[in-house]
Amino acid sequence: MRILFYLLQKEFIQIYRNKTILRLIFVIPVVQLLILVNAATLEMRKQQLSVVDEDHSPWSKRLISVLDASPFFVVGKNDENVLSAKKKIEKGEIDFLLVIPQGFESSLMSNEQVKIQLLANAINSQQAQLGYAYLQQVIAGLSQSFVKETYGVLPQAGIVTTFSYWYNPELNYKHFMVPGILVVLVSVVGMFLTAMNLVREKEMGTIEQINVTPVRKWQFIVAKLLPFLLIGLFELALGLTIGKLIYQIPIEGSLWLVFAIATLYLTGLLGLGLLLSTISSSQQQVTFVSFFFLLVFILMSGIFTSVDNMPEWGQKLNLLNPLYYFIDLMRAILLKGAGLSDLWKQVTGISVLAVFLFGLAVLNYRKTI
Amino acid sequence: MVTVSGVSKYFGNIKALRRVSFQVEEGELFGVIGPDGAGKSTLFRIILSLLLPDEGEVCLWGKSPVADYKAIRRMVGYMPGKFSLYEDLTVEENLNFFAAVFGTTIKENYHLIKDIYRQIEPFKKRRAGKLSGGMKQKLALSCALIHKPKLLVLDEPTTGVDAVSRSDFWEMLQKLKNAGITVLVSTPYMDEASLCDRVALIQKGHILEISTPDAVTQGFGKQLFGVAGENMYKLLLHCRKFYRVESVYPFGEELHLTFHGGGDWREELIRYLYENGLANVRIRPIKPNIEDRFMSLMSITEKENG
Repeated sequence: MRILFYLLQKEFIQIYRNKTILRLIFVIPVVQLLILVNAATLEMRKQQLSVVDEDHSPWSKRLISVLDASPFFVVGKNDENVLSAKKKIEKGEIDFLLVIPQGFESSLMSNEQVKIQLLANAINSQQAQLGYAYLQQVIAGLSQSFVKETYGVLPQAGIVTTFSYWYNPELNYKHFMVPGILVVLVSVVGMFLTAMNLVREKEMGTIEQINVTPVRKWQFIVAKLLPFLLIGLFELALGLTIGKLIYQIPIEGSLWLVFAIATLYLTGLLGLGLLLSTISSSQQQVTFVSFFFLLVFILMSGIFTSVDNMPEWGQKLNLLNPLYYFIDLMRAILLKGAGLSDLWKQVTGISVLAVFLFGLAVLNYRKTI
Repeated sequence: MVTVSGVSKYFGNIKALRRVSFQVEEGELFGVIGPDGAGKSTLFRIILSLLLPDEGEVCLWGKSPVADYKAIRRMVGYMPGKFSLYEDLTVEENLNFFAAVFGTTIKENYHLIKDIYRQIEPFKKRRAGKLSGGMKQKLALSCALIHKPKLLVLDEPTTGVDAVSRSDFWEMLQKLKNAGITVLVSTPYMDEASLCDRVALIQKGHILEISTPDAVTQGFGKQLFGVAGENMYKLLLHCRKFYRVESVYPFGEELHLTFHGGGDWREELIRYLYENGLANVRIRPIKPNIEDRFMSLMSITEKENG
């Protein structure tokens, strides 16, 4: 145990001396949370909407004013001409174009089917979908008001869709992003720093000197991994604090559970870092290899896109992605207040991965160095 | 006492060591002399338990590096050829760290490193990476000694070190030997061989000879001549052509030359060279050194191995 203490002491001195790493540890969480959460938002706000109103009726004006009043759309100057408005979409000046045809109000009055046209710039398909859904909602509301105002009663027949957003009632994407960004943060520290630190011993040749001392391999591994496990948990705490203070993210579930799962997760990821360091011989190599893994993990994890929209093989592949489990768990615990009994599936997944990666890394480490 | 018996090591098709055997006596300063790539580092790594031999056995005071590697690691101090201490730790922190992992303190074994460490003690707060080459070497030696090893293994400690520091270093090794530590050292510099108690000459994984430095040179067994002239290259080519010449190598400012049967055919050689347009050739009898012996052994084994 005393040897372990001296090894840990040495590691912490070295980390403390490495000013670049030290700065990164403090700067990364702040930058990621301040910039990324805002920049990587999926929120739909202030979309440029143009309306070609060919009807010029009180009800068409009412529709426009309802849209204008919403936070989603900014209604620009009315265009007279559909063609010129379409050009604006092509140029990217507007995101949506609404065409209200002549006879809109009279169709409404005579109980005929009402047709309006929405054109969306669907380069950002998610945005287009959301805009479309929102417009449908507005029109449904409008038609209800119309029935009510004209006949004095609510329509008897017909299905009325109502929306209610659970766990994130304001559809605040920051609440959705913060847990994800936190996971990325912890992963960068866990994987990159561990792998680089270990390879450095190889690169500098210091591992040779350690290998002729009575230091056992497990002691060496523990001394290498423990500091980064602690730093990872510290980053998580720092990130949660920033998230709470700046973005008021809800923390519905147990923080103990969050940190327990983070410890499990980091064990697996540190194991992966260790594994990559055993197969690399320079810091440059290990950086590239870790970058590759992390990039795949992040993009598949569901941090930006919904995993349910992925093809089936992608979803199956995600069962091997530690980030996927951790992001899912973080969102469930923080936003939904889920407990261990709700999450046993993900927790099992993350545990299996952690044991597998760590075990493989240790076995491989024993063989190679 | 260190016994190496029949050790072979292969890296793929390359035979790094071929049935190497030798013994190092207690308290001996034993040198392993050979050019780069001869297998010196591989041999040391096997003795240190860092590498497993493919054949043969090593025994250090009754312990095997394969079976008792834990015991071995307490017995040996190792200074690799490349500086491999923590450059971001200070001199003192490095020494403290290596003392600590061996469960000892600087104080306990200070007497052992005193002479060496005193020279770098004024810089003990300096990071190891900021030390000069000579000081790094002294720190590395201090760290290898701090747990009072029975056997000190030094892999090319003087490679890339200036002449003054080299002789200083060998003096330190002598002192350590006098303090009762067995020293196993490798070097590519033949002139350092004479500073060892005994040497093993190694080439391409083969041990060519094991003996005291004097016996090694005596083993040369022939009269050696130093030949000097104006056009050394032309001189070398013509000496090689002369039928009585057995071997000739360029060696600094002279050619080192032997005649067949160890005879003395200087006059004939001078006449032959004169006829070929080489005047002012000086030939003097000289004493062979280790490198001469090394070269002749090498040519013999090469002939034997075809």
